[in-house]
Amino acid sequence: MGRGLAMLTKRIIPCLDVAEGRVVKGVQFLGLRDAGDPVEVARRYDEEGADEIVFLDIQASTDNRNTMLDVVRRTADQVFMPLCVGGGIRTIEDIRVLLKAGADKVSINTPAIENPDFVNESSRRFGSQCIVVAIDAKQVEPGRYIVKSHGGRDGGRSTPLEPVAWAREVAERGAGEILLTCMDKDGTKNGYDIELTRRVADAVGIPVIASGGAGTLEHLRAALVEGGADAALAASIFHFQQHTVREAKEYLASRGVAVRC
Amino acid sequence: MIAIIDYGMGNLRSAQKGIEKAGFDAVITEDPGDLAAATGVVLPGVGAFKDCFEGLRSRGFVEPVREIARSGKPLLGICVGMQLLFDYGVEGEGSEGLGILPGRVERFPDHAATGLKVPHMGWNRIDPVAGRPCPILRHLGPNPHVYFVHSYYPNPARAEDVYATADYGLPFAAVVGRDNIFGVQFHPEKSQAEGIGILRSFGEYVALHAETACARP
Repeated sequence: MGRGLAMLTKRIIPCLDVAEGRVVKGVQFLGLRDAGDPVEVARRYDEEGADEIVFLDIQASTDNRNTMLDVVRRTADQVFMPLCVGGGIRTIEDIRVLLKAGADKVSINTPAIENPDFVNESSRRFGSQCIVVAIDAKQVEPGRYIVKSHGGRDGGRSTPLEPVAWAREVAERGAGEILLTCMDKDGTKNGYDIELTRRVADAVGIPVIASGGAGTLEHLRAALVEGGADAALAASIFHFQQHTVREAKEYLASRGVAVRC
Repeated sequence: MIAIIDYGMGNLRSAQKGIEKAGFDAVITEDPGDLAAATGVVLPGVGAFKDCFEGLRSRGFVEPVREIARSGKPLLGICVGMQLLFDYGVEGEGSEGLGILPGRVERFPDHAATGLKVPHMGWNRIDPVAGRPCPILRHLGPNPHVYFVHSYYPNPARAEDVYATADYGLPFAAVVGRDNIFGVQFHPEKSQAEGIGILRSFGEYVALHAETACARP
């Protein structure tokens, strides 16, 4: 790395699905006292040198809110890296309480689609740096994609939006970052959708986090290099200790990707 | 006891817990009257420069913070809290700052001009300035990466106020200060071991200063 080159490193971000304060889709970590406790898992990723962590509240309901807030609070007390929380955020007040509990960023999806001004308002209120817009993209025919709302996991709902144009719009409206999930790839472990990631990354002047499909360390590299993503989010590759975050960093560094080791 | 100034701009819990993790006590205070009894003061800040300055002003912190800077008591600005130490910030329609350090806070060039995304968000390396040892960088590792998230950066009028730089298309001041005044553009409380090390150094500096101050006749 010579002088004058930007040294900003690419980020590796483990993502935890959380419901009722517990990690779902089991995390299998040796030596963890309670692998179902998001706080314990976050601490492990912190030790491994993760660059950030995402909690996705997949069963967000009103009753559940306080449980998640408690998880966020306990995590922020013990883990000194950026924490992003997504799922079930509907209002400015939802964002305020999450940030107050210790989240650094929130990820919003459906409310941005239903009311795009929500992106302007939330970024004006709290700063662009903490407003991540999640875009769930679904391929409808080769090379053509639509945006889905209402969470991707059970299919979500189709919208008339196209991911690249939508990414541009939310960036203009003040989003600080885009979390792009390619639903066709999510859970497949066949690798990220490089083409769509590249198109979105090239279209906006804000960071893009690639998500959906990580199965190998090479997939992470491809998303960051060919896909042009600023960060790669992954779940099962880390949760089942197929690889540690540290191994991922070492692999990427050995392939010439600027990462923090 | 280190006092963290709460002027309504964002969550301060991480800063407090980070200082505790570093081995020192910290209290969050909304009362400018508490600063006199503190051994060191942390000025955090999240959001827009002008909003932060207005927040300080409306809560009566402007003069007390300037007084801390003059008094020789250790003062650490974090992120926008660091930017506020300067004379002026260009963000939005522009705003005066505390004027504790001379200089302005400028915006990174547009993505279209440089190909670099703004905000500068993520982990970047800081390079200490040779020949300018900084008390709060004593525990820095050999390849120190810290977590940044900002679109504006400080441009100190005096080159000697820069302790460390980072590089994002252009080299910019990532750690600034002089005498008892310190400012970091990144978030030490979000920078894992490297960040906790910086908070530890600040805590040690505060403790040392408090001892010396007590020993004075």
